[in-house]
Amino acid sequence: MYGGGYIFDEPNKRPMQDTIDDPVKLAEFEQRIADGHKIEPGDWMPNDYRKQLIRMIEQHAHSEIIGALPEGTWITRAPGFKRKLALIAKVQDEIGHGQLLYNAAQTLGKSREAMINDLLSGKSKYSNVFNYPAETWADVTVIGFLIDAAAIVNQVANAKGSYGPYCRALERICYEESFHLKQGHDAFIELATGTPMQRQMVQDALNRWWQPIMHFFGPPDKTSVHSEKLMKWKVKMASNDDMRNQFLDAYVPKIWELGLTLPDENLKKDEATGKWLFSDPDWDLFMKVINGGGPCNAERLQVRKWAEESGRWIRKALMNPNAARSFPVA
Amino acid sequence: MLSQQAIISLLTKMGDDALIIGHRNSEWTGLGPIMEEDIAFSSMAQDKIGHAWALYRVMQEHLGGQDPDQFAFMRAEKEMRSCHFVELPIGEYDFSLMRHFLFDHAEAVRYESLENTAFEPLQPFAKKFKGEIKYHLLHADEWVLQLSRGSEESYARMQQALLHCMPLALGIFETSKAHEQTLIDEKIYPGEQALQARWLDRIYPVLSKAGLNLPGIESFTPVYGGREGYHTAYLQPLLDEMSSVFKLDPTATW
Repeated sequence: MYGGGYIFDEPNKRPMQDTIDDPVKLAEFEQRIADGHKIEPGDWMPNDYRKQLIRMIEQHAHSEIIGALPEGTWITRAPGFKRKLALIAKVQDEIGHGQLLYNAAQTLGKSREAMINDLLSGKSKYSNVFNYPAETWADVTVIGFLIDAAAIVNQVANAKGSYGPYCRALERICYEESFHLKQGHDAFIELATGTPMQRQMVQDALNRWWQPIMHFFGPPDKTSVHSEKLMKWKVKMASNDDMRNQFLDAYVPKIWELGLTLPDENLKKDEATGKWLFSDPDWDLFMKVINGGGPCNAERLQVRKWAEESGRWIRKALMNPNAARSFPVA
Repeated sequence: MLSQQAIISLLTKMGDDALIIGHRNSEWTGLGPIMEEDIAFSSMAQDKIGHAWALYRVMQEHLGGQDPDQFAFMRAEKEMRSCHFVELPIGEYDFSLMRHFLFDHAEAVRYESLENTAFEPLQPFAKKFKGEIKYHLLHADEWVLQLSRGSEESYARMQQALLHCMPLALGIFETSKAHEQTLIDEKIYPGEQALQARWLDRIYPVLSKAGLNLPGIESFTPVYGGREGYHTAYLQPLLDEMSSVFKLDPTATW
């Protein structure tokens, strides 16, 4: 998974500041991007470019390791060998994506430790969708199918961005995600075509997850604060509304063809424009959840804090590989 | 004609150990002390659970056994043959790491001994598993060394974990009262006592390189019972959790 299309603001809502960059270098930089070249770690880049990329890649990395938690809790309950193995492999991949992305962000000058600290302190955000619980096995199939699908829409777009290390990480991530999507879709279909109880499970899960999925790509373009500059610099590659529309176009028919319903009576495609119409999701709720008011925000961070705190002695020992110790040899 | 019941008892305990340790190791997914360890434990968990699946399939195909999912997810606790060592919760990383080290060395000597077993359907799996366990051992040995040499605290934790784990690890080699001699006579495998001796030969050099102190094994009382169906209080809750979705409808496909 899991990067949503939305780059969260810093908590203090500081607007993006235009620091003064050397105009000649800036022009060269923008020309290189316009010509389709990638920017590499040693290259000159505007401060805002660096800051925005760090923020975006860091949020994406956090989303991977936090995103492992709602599904991870179902590894021990996955029904049958096939699902159990697929789920462990999938969640393991997500942690691996986190590792790749932290490495990519580090090339911009922020250490993994600093990023993790900012996650734990609440300074740095992660995809909002993981602040909701996975209540049943069917939720795991909905996440594996639809949230992964949504993330792929965003990540395929971002893989064409301008920053080399991020693009290369995303290419590999997208390749693995396409397998996740297949396993999620397979498990989802198994329930949708299964017993009446299984069908009900998956319908209930869809109803629970529909709003978070609609939130996934972020607020509509007309209210989104992020600027043309990010598009010009190829930091952000597609607008929230475009990505949401692309997702609906690809996946709503797949849900409907299984005879399942979605909890929005206004959801339909306007054949004239090719755009999907839908009820406006509750954006106040979205902001409330981002700011800590979701059902699982506290729990997610608590688990990460547990992992960090109980692993501290190990990291400390690793930092000190050449410590002169005398061993009691019996 | 080989004794089927004896082979079933051997494969069941091996499969159950792999399933339960795999289940436990998978609990580190998302919680590891560093991301790389999180990934390592997930990866090893997949191998172990894959071993259990394969062993149950061998029983199904060659020994009239049940469907592997039914066998793993529907069996009563008293029918399980896992040793106590694998049943214990993951605890802290020092315990999980030491368990991984001791258990995987035991697995390595076991599968090496089975490469030429008289029960031929097992041979290709023994070779394959041995190849996978090689990487588990590289991981275990490296980490035991690193943490034993890292800091005062990490050394003390590894030493304590070793002493805590040893009686439990010796329980891996509990013999089957009913079938042990048959299995040895029929050259299915060399027997638990022989495996235990080989295992000790493997772990001593690593432990001494790490500066860890292992008292003579006669000073430990092995924790037996699992192979006869007597388990720790941790197994039933683990099985309940593992089968909670499957049992919603055991006849459905999931």
